[in-house]
Amino acid sequence: MLPDAKGHFGPFGGRYIPETLMPAVVELDKAYRAARRDPAFRRELEYYLRQYAGRPTPLYFAERLTKRLSGAKIYLKREDLLHTGAHKINNTLGQALLTRRMGKKRVIAETGAGQHGVATAVVAALFGFECDVYMGEEDMRRQALNVFRMRTLGARVVSVTSGTRTLKEAMTEAMRDWMGSVATTHYILGSVGGPHPFPMMVRDFQTVIGRETRRQMLQTEKRLPDVILACVGGGSNAAGMFSPFIKDKEVRLIGVEAAGRGLNTPEHAATLERGSIGVLHGSRSYVLQDAEGQTLPAHSISAGLDYPGVGPEHSYWKETGRVTYNSATDRQALEAFGLLSRLEGIIPALESAHAIAHAVEAAPKMKPEQIMVICLSGRGDKDCVEVAEKLGQKI
Amino acid sequence: MKNRIDAAFEKCRAANRAAFMPFLTAGDPTLAATAALIEECERCGADMLELGIPYSDPVADGPTIQASYGRALSAGCRLEDIFDMLRGVRERCELPILTMVSFSIVSRHGPQAYFGRAAEAGVDGVIIPDLPIEEGAAVARLAEKARLHPVFLVAPTTPDERMKGIVRRSRGFIYYIAVAGTTGARAALPLDLAQHIARVKAATDKPVAVGFGVSSPEQVAAVAQAADGVIVGSAIVRKVAESAGRPLPELVQEVGRFVKKLAAATKKN
Repeated sequence: MLPDAKGHFGPFGGRYIPETLMPAVVELDKAYRAARRDPAFRRELEYYLRQYAGRPTPLYFAERLTKRLSGAKIYLKREDLLHTGAHKINNTLGQALLTRRMGKKRVIAETGAGQHGVATAVVAALFGFECDVYMGEEDMRRQALNVFRMRTLGARVVSVTSGTRTLKEAMTEAMRDWMGSVATTHYILGSVGGPHPFPMMVRDFQTVIGRETRRQMLQTEKRLPDVILACVGGGSNAAGMFSPFIKDKEVRLIGVEAAGRGLNTPEHAATLERGSIGVLHGSRSYVLQDAEGQTLPAHSISAGLDYPGVGPEHSYWKETGRVTYNSATDRQALEAFGLLSRLEGIIPALESAHAIAHAVEAAPKMKPEQIMVICLSGRGDKDCVEVAEKLGQKI
Repeated sequence: MKNRIDAAFEKCRAANRAAFMPFLTAGDPTLAATAALIEECERCGADMLELGIPYSDPVADGPTIQASYGRALSAGCRLEDIFDMLRGVRERCELPILTMVSFSIVSRHGPQAYFGRAAEAGVDGVIIPDLPIEEGAAVARLAEKARLHPVFLVAPTTPDERMKGIVRRSRGFIYYIAVAGTTGARAALPLDLAQHIARVKAATDKPVAVGFGVSSPEQVAAVAQAADGVIVGSAIVRKVAESAGRPLPELVQEVGRFVKKLAAATKKN
């Protein structure tokens, strides 16, 4: 099972961080490995996932979407039904329990769409941690509702005004905070990026998505799906969904990145399709960067996918060919946002709408006896103001 | 040929003082200014120079240096132009120069290519603040092959056992990070800084230089009693920023005066 002891997924991953942080990630790695083996830790995490977050989430047969696309039979993994409205809480609950085990009293996080920020603020309230969430100024504007939620939950939201004022800068700022606070603070990283052990640990905490899907699929259909779709920004819901299926070679795994205004424009966030191998935020992976090694600004209508990096394991899956990466534009995501709302009565997060958008293209090409699962990573309430604005409506 | 960094430490040891290393951001406000500032640093008593290569997402740096990187990048500063500038400086200046550079930049150009070009431009050493020894051991060998000293960093948080591996791989000197945090001026340095420096010195015969948070002549004087070298970054970068609107000779003179004061504070009692 990857990664190796130093966090490498083939040539990707590793630890590219200042020495000041090294002892903290080494300690975190040890604490996590010990916790993972500890039945009491696992029991406690399961308890909170069930009683607090609302697991297991349904694997729902989307009958009207299936009919409309008239191809594969489509199931939605309903992570949007979790407490806080997205898959992010699977990870923050795990890391919060770990924070308590390590005896730390303060947590910090970066957030793009605000879903990871909210999920962190929630566990900070639940376990009594002090909490600072770094968020780009532009994202605070786009996701004002989530900023209010975090503040209501007792977290401080720190506005980041450097660079593109989005997720990339928020993550840089969180790491810089950690440089000075590492003795008392745990950094609850929200995606499968960053230095080892984060990509492994966050993936593990998210694999509950894929494990449940596998079990539910075998129960209802008595077989595995043919295709699984998940959106990829940093890639945590996709990593959690795909991991338990990696060995099932007959299952096609497709990650959907944000093509923004189009892959042939500079305004997209399709790191795996248009980036090159580099180092960003502590690990080696695909990065949107220029010839000099400077990170390029990403663009997506969805703040959660608006990131010029991607988790190292996705780079590994791309290189080995185990996962295919595709993309959907802002416009396609917006259409999918409306389509799922009208057909199934489910308003998807703009992030998840990218996966739906790809299904709109791919499902009609499949046969009716084939099965497609889409990870519906979050719900779209948070996006309503932004989408209304795009549609020229005022809320 | 002996590395200029080693020669500089020997000279300082003989003079019973710590080596003084100012930090400048390449291309802030312009590369021409950086060239003039490097030469001025040599004239004003600097023993070595740390040259920051601008990067869009620095994790180890505080707001002062981050802003200077932003200014240099907005002005279009490119690595090749930095090396061209250094080649020019080398015709007139023997000051040992180390580049402080994110591994993101080094990895993009390829470590071998980066080190080769740096050495050819007259660079003597390389500090990669986001490259710990685990990933850095192989990279360090490539730097040495190019006749550059790879300098590794020890933090206040580094356990003794881990420190042994770091000091063994570091060449030229060990960079001790004075404060757990990002670069930038601090009102006061940690009270136990001298003990920490002694802890590093007990683990190695190589020189130990101290940076992060050191900003005034008083702080330089205090650190110089315990360390073999003192690095001042953000305070100098701020001086450059404050004078950036003035004609180049005035900017250079202003920064030079500050460097002179800092360099004069390195005498060991």
